[in-house]
Amino acid sequence: MARSKQQKRKFNILEHELVPRHEIVPPDEAIRILRELGVKPEQLPWIRVTDPVVRAIGAKPGDIIRIYRKSPTAGEIVVYRYVVGY
Amino acid sequence: MSVEEKIIKSIKFGVLSPDEIRKMSVTAIVTSELYDEDGKPIQGGLMDPRLGAVTPGQICATCGNDAKNCPGHFGHIELARPVIHVGLAKHIYDALRTTCSKCHRIKLPEKELARYKKLLKRLRERWPLLAKMLILAVKKRASKVMICPHCGERQHKVIFEKPYTFYIETKPRGKEFLNPIEVRRWLEHIPDDDVELLGFDPVEARPEWGVLTVLPVPPVHVRPSIVLETGIRAEDDLTHKLADIVRTNERLKDLLDAGAPQTLIDEHWMLLQYHVATYFDNELPRIPVARHRSGRPLKGLAQRLKGKEGRFRGNLSGKRVDYSARTVISPDPYISINEVGVPVEIAKILTVRTPVLPWNIEQMRKYVLNGPNKWPGANYVITPDGRKIDLRYADRKKIAETLAPGWFVERHLRDGDIVLFNRQPSLHRMSMMGHIVRVLPGKTFRLNLLVCPPYNADFDGDEMNLHVPRTEEAQAEARELMLVQHHILSPRYGGPIIGGLQDYVSGAYLLTIKATLLTKEDVADLLAVTGYEGELPEPAIISPRKLWTGKQLVSLFLPKDFNFKGKARVSAGIFACEDEFCLNDSYIVIKKGELLMGVLDKKAIGAEQPENMMHWLIKEYGTDTARRLYDTLFRMFIRLLEKRGFTMTVEDVALPEEARMKVKEVIAEAEEQVRELIREYEEGRLEPIPGRTMEETLELRILDALSDARKKIEDIVVDYLDPFNNVFIMARTGARGNELNITQMAAILGQQSVRGERIHRGYRGRFLPHFKPGDLGAAARGFVYSSFYDGLSPVEVFFHAAGGREGLVDTAVRTSQSGYMQRRLINALQDLRVEYDGTTRLPDGTLVQIRYGEDGVDPMKSAHGKAVNIDREIERVIGWRV
Repeated sequence: MARSKQQKRKFNILEHELVPRHEIVPPDEAIRILRELGVKPEQLPWIRVTDPVVRAIGAKPGDIIRIYRKSPTAGEIVVYRYVVGY
Repeated sequence: MSVEEKIIKSIKFGVLSPDEIRKMSVTAIVTSELYDEDGKPIQGGLMDPRLGAVTPGQICATCGNDAKNCPGHFGHIELARPVIHVGLAKHIYDALRTTCSKCHRIKLPEKELARYKKLLKRLRERWPLLAKMLILAVKKRASKVMICPHCGERQHKVIFEKPYTFYIETKPRGKEFLNPIEVRRWLEHIPDDDVELLGFDPVEARPEWGVLTVLPVPPVHVRPSIVLETGIRAEDDLTHKLADIVRTNERLKDLLDAGAPQTLIDEHWMLLQYHVATYFDNELPRIPVARHRSGRPLKGLAQRLKGKEGRFRGNLSGKRVDYSARTVISPDPYISINEVGVPVEIAKILTVRTPVLPWNIEQMRKYVLNGPNKWPGANYVITPDGRKIDLRYADRKKIAETLAPGWFVERHLRDGDIVLFNRQPSLHRMSMMGHIVRVLPGKTFRLNLLVCPPYNADFDGDEMNLHVPRTEEAQAEARELMLVQHHILSPRYGGPIIGGLQDYVSGAYLLTIKATLLTKEDVADLLAVTGYEGELPEPAIISPRKLWTGKQLVSLFLPKDFNFKGKARVSAGIFACEDEFCLNDSYIVIKKGELLMGVLDKKAIGAEQPENMMHWLIKEYGTDTARRLYDTLFRMFIRLLEKRGFTMTVEDVALPEEARMKVKEVIAEAEEQVRELIREYEEGRLEPIPGRTMEETLELRILDALSDARKKIEDIVVDYLDPFNNVFIMARTGARGNELNITQMAAILGQQSVRGERIHRGYRGRFLPHFKPGDLGAAARGFVYSSFYDGLSPVEVFFHAAGGREGLVDTAVRTSQSGYMQRRLINALQDLRVEYDGTTRLPDGTLVQIRYGEDGVDPMKSAHGKAVNIDREIERVIGWRV
């Protein structure tokens, strides 16, 4: 247990080269984005709170996460995830 | 006439309760006998007339309808002892292990239960998916509790032995059988509120209903008996199975009444359980399948629905349709790519329902007079009141006279109709395209050779299907969306999938090479097949005779403001051209619609060649222009080949003596290398490749040495063969074959392999008994020194056959695997669609991609996957030179 805690402190998955940039979208902006996309939050793809990245950035259920991803067709793209519990 | 329109708001599935089963039953089935001595169905038997009328003329004893209108009526069997329903055994198990064996409550504290119940109610309204998760969580927690929080009873583990046996674990003695009566009593006592928390529905599906006390007997419509030609009745599998159930049930009842010993009763009880279980599903694990007298496994209810041939995939998703035809296909280069040749015989059977109008009444009269046997005729007329008159038996003259607007005529298929044409496997949307009918003599469907690539068709016996769209909407859609010319560009890679193949490519090359000079007669002949009407261009050579070049003829068909330049496929080796300042004529330059230099070959006109000449023509001038080119220019290519004649001979792959000597040298060198490698290996001097054993290293090194030799030989062959012989022309232009094939024909067949290794299986330590065991040399492991020109030695033939067989097996395995993958992909993706806002979504609005493909590009309208090809656009805008 002690060892795993130590490791947790040492290794930050957000710094791994294969993990794209994740960030929590502030609520007012989230509302704007949802209106632009014309979706209810639960119509976005889901991500669990138990997901390592969600834990790392400390998002809570109900939050919306923005991910900047590299795309083979369009260079860099932005995708959104809706954080759900369980 | 019209049926009352009903709209389905929701569907709810449940389990039939014993009361419901008895209520809907018209009779109890009490005897396993089906018919009496006279062959009449017995009352209370499985063929009881009250279960419904099936034979024509029979009147139903229950509803009074005839066979056509009687919907069938259920019966029932009162089971002497309850049995577990196999399909619900899993849910019964869930209910048993989550509830207390004494007080039958869920094994969770009262407070928690109340909380969960409230939460479930809330979730049900907004979040049905989460409600399911909650139920799972409740089950998981409750099943772990070992002391009941309500009554304090110590709990025992319930053991479920698939497919339908329950035991209760009694610690010291092991397990104790829990019979269905006990199971049912237990389940009955679970209160409604608790039942709901376990995912059951107290109204529609109580858990104890999964223990059958009464079995519904489906109406005879579901299990019709078949009368064979011999007059013997053969009963349906289900009837047999039900008879088994009734027989054991009656026997069990007798035993119970007679007060037989418990062991005997239990034995029959288990047998009844077995019969009922196999009636539902005869492919249950761990129990023997019930068989017919002949040894054939009986089909249970589950088998009727399951799998490829089952009710869903076989009869509901895969219905057979009317207004369709199937026959062998054959080629016809003289019809348009948009057309399909339909045999007269088929055109007389397929019909289109056409309304009679003031504008077509004369035509329709003629069709009616011609009748069903003379094309173009008609098979039926439909009167305004909806009656269908069969023209085979009617007075056609009279009907033709009475014909008036408001009537409909089922007229034969005629030229100009639109049909859908399809070849299996339908792997992409180009596998089913709209064609325009050309009724032709003969018995095969005719199609233009240029549409072979999208269908992946050839003419070695392929058959294709044809469907007639019947409504005006369907016809219009087919014409506007499915017509072949709208599918020249493939959405797979954004290039033309329709294009020249084989002879078209050779023909285009031979027409456009500098050496081709045509007399006026030749020009006239070539232009005649295209239907060209217009002036002849100025001849390229005036004296001593007027002669035209092939490039001039091609230019006649190109749009007058079309510019293009690009390398030809023949631009390789000694004919390489890097830009337009090159005398090898293998750099295509088209300026203002004139083919100025370069030859047309696979890279310019071939199928599945993105960014070629045809691709830019289609993109810039539209599909109509493209279709016109395919129907005219391409016809000229094969006409030229017909005039000139094109074949191949052995001499085309005959190497001069000098070349043969060189080849021999290379082979000798390679052999020496192989021998040296083997020597090194045997003496242990061979340096192993990291991560490989000695043996693997040797194999790899030998393969390398031999393939190097093959490459060298390929160069020799290419050097010495005449680049203008027929075989070489085909290889260079891309019409058929490649340099490797030519090398194999002319010089050496090379290494044969199975699974990427040199061939070594067969006898112990050797492939054939002609070699020494353990011989690692090239010849013993499948290196073929001969060429097809020389002929193979008997031993070499065996090597070649072994390698060839692998290829065949591979294709067979690959098709079945990719077919299944395709099925899974389609099932996963079929509901996705691109909305007007550019997002990809599921039908319920769930977002999948914010922009389609992340860049919003339609590959069919893109330049080879990219949104724009900048170079091409600049070239187009500023004219010629970049």
